[in-house]
Amino acid sequence: MSIATSEPLSQSADPATASRSEEYLWTLNFGPQHPATHTTLRLVLKLEGERVVDAMPEMGYLHSGFEKIGEHLSFNQYVTVTDRMNYISPMANNVAWHHAVEKLLGIELTPRCVYIRTIVAELARISDHLLCNGAVGLDTGAFTFFLYAFQQREMIYDIFETLCGARFTNSYTRVGGLSQDITPLVVEKIRAFLKTFPKTLADMERLLTRNRIFVDRTKGVGVLSKADATARGATGPIARASGVTRDLRKDEPYLAYNDFEFDVPCATAGDCYARYLVRMDEMRESLRILSQAVENIPAGPVDVGIDQRIARPDKKQVYSTIEGTISHFELSMSNRGFEVPCEESYAAIEAPNGELGFYLVGDGNETAYRARCRPPSVLHFALFPHLIRGHTLSDIVAVLGSLNIIAAELDR
Amino acid sequence: MSVEPETSPEMSTAEVCDAGYQALAAAFPGLETSVFRGQRRVVVPAASLAEAMRQLHQAGFDLLVDVSCVDYLEYRGATSRYGLVYLLANTRTNERLTVRCFVDDPEPTVPSMVPLWPSANWLEREAWDLFGIRFTGHPDLRRLVMPEEFTAHPLRKDYPLQGRGERHNFPVISREQS
Repeated sequence: MSIATSEPLSQSADPATASRSEEYLWTLNFGPQHPATHTTLRLVLKLEGERVVDAMPEMGYLHSGFEKIGEHLSFNQYVTVTDRMNYISPMANNVAWHHAVEKLLGIELTPRCVYIRTIVAELARISDHLLCNGAVGLDTGAFTFFLYAFQQREMIYDIFETLCGARFTNSYTRVGGLSQDITPLVVEKIRAFLKTFPKTLADMERLLTRNRIFVDRTKGVGVLSKADATARGATGPIARASGVTRDLRKDEPYLAYNDFEFDVPCATAGDCYARYLVRMDEMRESLRILSQAVENIPAGPVDVGIDQRIARPDKKQVYSTIEGTISHFELSMSNRGFEVPCEESYAAIEAPNGELGFYLVGDGNETAYRARCRPPSVLHFALFPHLIRGHTLSDIVAVLGSLNIIAAELDR
Repeated sequence: MSVEPETSPEMSTAEVCDAGYQALAAAFPGLETSVFRGQRRVVVPAASLAEAMRQLHQAGFDLLVDVSCVDYLEYRGATSRYGLVYLLANTRTNERLTVRCFVDDPEPTVPSMVPLWPSANWLEREAWDLFGIRFTGHPDLRRLVMPEEFTAHPLRKDYPLQGRGERHNFPVISREQS
């Protein structure tokens, strides 16, 4: 409705009116259904010829009230909803959600669980970066690159399928543990992936990193300065491509990241090309983390002990020990469950897209009183008009792709 | 420090980098503060929020991580209805601070943080959209996720999770009108 401006072309024919006002500007509606937005979001663009004068992002087409649902589902149930937020890397959302819940409850995870969560979070990072960079390639004309990337994503899907039975919506974590333990077969598959992926990554770099067309289309496009990145709330690879060195894995080490040797790739240019390079390098660092983690998974249980009354005990314990039976009973009863403090806390992880955190308010129930999700995509999408001003229409897909906007995470 | 925080294993980290908070506490004596799981929280009255946030911005909190709101309508022991939550971070020292500010019903209003942190723009629009908090001085306070025609603020506790009828309030746009 708001986009219907009156006959822009006929007015531009008249030079007298054109010079005085902005009426000669062409208004273009980009989306909500557009192959290059990949998801359902809309841009209202003001164009002068092919140059973008201003852009007004619109969101909300996928708003499904995830935060409202979070006030009605228990901490264990809600993990299925987090799968659907950033569906490109659902594992990272699972880990983020239960990381926040466990912070509110004050649960100390077992070392094995910590390592497995680190492994799945890094696999999720690789798969997210593959899709993001692949989509940038796809939108700028490098279709082969996209297929190379997606082939590797399939392998990660296979790993997740072997791990927890689901390829896409994993719902893998539980309060105080995981839905399943890692098996030797999964470790085998991850090892195989670690062996083949560097080769493909090198192939992908050879395909695109020095490709003249790609470099021309991304270098110097959508530049975000370091000061702007922080002031406008950018986090993750987008901030790091602008010279911000913040990475929660290093700055506020959570899970097992303290145990591993890895670097945080940064760039200073802040353009689409820098964001692409940072993501490519982050995948390499994730491989380093994975290769260290997968060979050093500690033995022991994945769930916290029965005495904590948090994680549901396995069947063997339920049927053969009295503590297991009591714990199972207590956790299954709708009026029992575990104790939640009447407190508020925020915990975030370094998700592939940036800082993904949950602000939880507990009121004694197993359901959050308020489950606020801090999605990186919202702040990144808000950057978009700032980045695109002055560029051409064809640069939109490059900028949009490099911001990795996932509409489901954007709208929640 | 004047507070006796709850004992928690991660408390020591909050003690280490507390400089930004200390600067605020010196300027505004008597602020209600607490530490939970190593997180420093401070409650600032709505009247002095703008000034306090300006001080915190100067004290090095350059990243506004999140602006959100909690509706305490059904919360046991709550005295105010809405609690705004500002999550601040300092990217150099990695200090974090949670600033909370309570406002009440007829006209829940707080000053906008957009002049200090441009990232507040969409976050405040979202809080307006879903909770009906007014942000004075916001350059563009429109709804963010709900459509313009929507009249309610759905994340308030008195808005039901399920139900019918809301869709009938939307105008139907025919092909000719669009």
